[in-house]
Amino acid sequence: MSILIDKKTRLLVQGITGGEGSFHTQRCIEYGTKVVAGVTPGKGGSEALGVPVFNTVAAAVEKTGANASLIFVPAAFAADAILEAADAGIPLVVCITEGIPILDMVMVHNYLKDKSTRLIGPNCPGLISPGKCKAGLMAGEIHLPGNVGVVSRSGTLTYETVAQLTGLGIGQSTCVGIGGDPLPGSTFVDILELFQKDKDTKAVVLIGEIGGTAEQDAARFVKGKMTKPVVAFVAGATAPPGRRMGHAGAIISGNSGRAQDKIAALAAAGATIAKSPAEIGLTTQKVLQKWNVTH
Amino acid sequence: MKIHEYQAKALLSEFGIPVPKGAIASTPAEAETIAAQLGGKVAIKAQVYAGGRGKAGSIKVANTPEEAEKLAGQIIGTRLVTHQTGPEGIPVSKVLVEKAVRVQRELYLSIIVDNASRMPVMMASEAGGMDIEEVARTSPEKILKVYVDPSAGFQAFQGRKLAYGMNLSPAQIRPAASLMANLYKLFQAKDCSLAEINPLVVTSDGEIMALDAKLNFDDNALFRHSDIELLHDVEQEDPLEVKANDLGVKNYIKMDGNIGCMVNGAGLAMAVMDLITQAGGIPANFLDIGTVNNTDRVVAAFKVFTTDPSVKAILVNIFGGIARVDVIARGIVEAHQQMDIRLPLVVRLAGTNVDEGKSILSQSKIKFIEATNFYDAARKAVAAAKGDKI
Repeated sequence: MSILIDKKTRLLVQGITGGEGSFHTQRCIEYGTKVVAGVTPGKGGSEALGVPVFNTVAAAVEKTGANASLIFVPAAFAADAILEAADAGIPLVVCITEGIPILDMVMVHNYLKDKSTRLIGPNCPGLISPGKCKAGLMAGEIHLPGNVGVVSRSGTLTYETVAQLTGLGIGQSTCVGIGGDPLPGSTFVDILELFQKDKDTKAVVLIGEIGGTAEQDAARFVKGKMTKPVVAFVAGATAPPGRRMGHAGAIISGNSGRAQDKIAALAAAGATIAKSPAEIGLTTQKVLQKWNVTH
Repeated sequence: MKIHEYQAKALLSEFGIPVPKGAIASTPAEAETIAAQLGGKVAIKAQVYAGGRGKAGSIKVANTPEEAEKLAGQIIGTRLVTHQTGPEGIPVSKVLVEKAVRVQRELYLSIIVDNASRMPVMMASEAGGMDIEEVARTSPEKILKVYVDPSAGFQAFQGRKLAYGMNLSPAQIRPAASLMANLYKLFQAKDCSLAEINPLVVTSDGEIMALDAKLNFDDNALFRHSDIELLHDVEQEDPLEVKANDLGVKNYIKMDGNIGCMVNGAGLAMAVMDLITQAGGIPANFLDIGTVNNTDRVVAAFKVFTTDPSVKAILVNIFGGIARVDVIARGIVEAHQQMDIRLPLVVRLAGTNVDEGKSILSQSKIKFIEATNFYDAARKAVAAAKGDKI
């Protein structure tokens, strides 16, 4: 009934002793996530939140069998933290950190391309499989276990969406925040692919925003590969046009960064568009009824 | 972050890329002196953070030092309006005075990070100049691209590929390829988000040089480039955005309406703006308050709202995650203790530590309008900004 994380997830937290790291790790533990280790160089051998702390990810993996990592390391050191987790063979790395330089991420992607590690984020809220495991910042109590998958570029707009779904009694299989950076570790397409394969996800809600072409890529996937209903919302229809990056930005992307182009692509691919962000839940409810999905 | 053309050219020069001889002038007299030193025809170019200068008439050619003084006087101290600025324009306080170059060919060269391939891409075209975007739209085959493998870096063969592709003469291939390699070095070394030379020219003597230059830098990487950060010219930015930034409110963009918005998360902030518009209002700003660890940034945001004379109502919409609702609520209370804020305030809180946040607000003496969901919040804020009773 979920993708990426579940009851079997053994979570390691890089940056567990920092302010944000310890606050949110505590919340994950309270939600029921099996947090098995923390990593803070120099603090190995100590304990934080009742969890053993190691100097290196490799040592933590060896001793605890961690199979997912959640990263709260400051931006200047976050790329290094992602590489360390991948080098230790961790299959799922979730990077919360915002503000990582883009050329650091270019280097990270180059390193990851020959590895089996899947990266979620950076600059993301993480993910949750309600009732099973939370590896992220979202308030656990707004979620409800169920069969609708949620994937989003925005953190807080995901919470908003989930609150609407839960309010209507529509539960979620997994909610994934892929993050707002231009070079996310996992794209809409990567996550849609997993939801399409997951037999217990019956429908997907996709939350996009202006900038880039990720929504158009998602639209192509929805049209060609998805048999499950997709509800989409794209934020920023009334935002001022993005600040232009010389001519090069326009040469690369043309007008594809605009909300209306993304909405048109998703609608043409068969996704149902929520016209207002306040109606994402209701739109999903209607789609589930139309497709005879019980939730 | 943007910088001026003259600063970009200094960086190009530092990385071995030829640029026309020239210097920066803040007064007409300085322009005259520079023109006299350069000798002959000079170009006078307004230094502003906006494109479209040529079409707006702020690049002029002077034949004598006296003419340079006169033309510089017509540009310095004015506000320049182009298709990339607002109607109020941006101030011009400096001009670049450059030795005029006889141009044989106008080419185009740029580097950007390509999101799809997740690699830097260098783009080149023999159709450089003001209409390059039109070229990209109508004849995309005229834009040549090479992708740079980050572990290998920019290779000489890639430079040759672009140079031959632009039909340069045999003698020009090597200098062009070396210029490209140097531009990539600069892009990498300074964490650029954009390096663009348009036009890259072949002079009548067959030399290749950057006649114009635009460099943008990755804001997230400025922590390791204090030299670049110093180049920032705040005069070129919206004064409220500068104030917000100085106060530590980073993701603030001034807009045309009258509802001051404080939201956490860029996507939610955009969605709130969409809802305000749907409810018949216009936001005064975009603001993603971001990860709030203490109350300072919340108080600072209220300082910005109270400085903006167009703000008639404030809308706070927070869905706590990494931002904690209790901290935001405490910030709202502190702001009202520190400042005399009489603007109607609409608050919608949800998420991490929401109960604590709500009780902090309700126990304070602040007057506020509570909203139950975010459409309700937008609707109430629009009504409050109009002066309606709620």
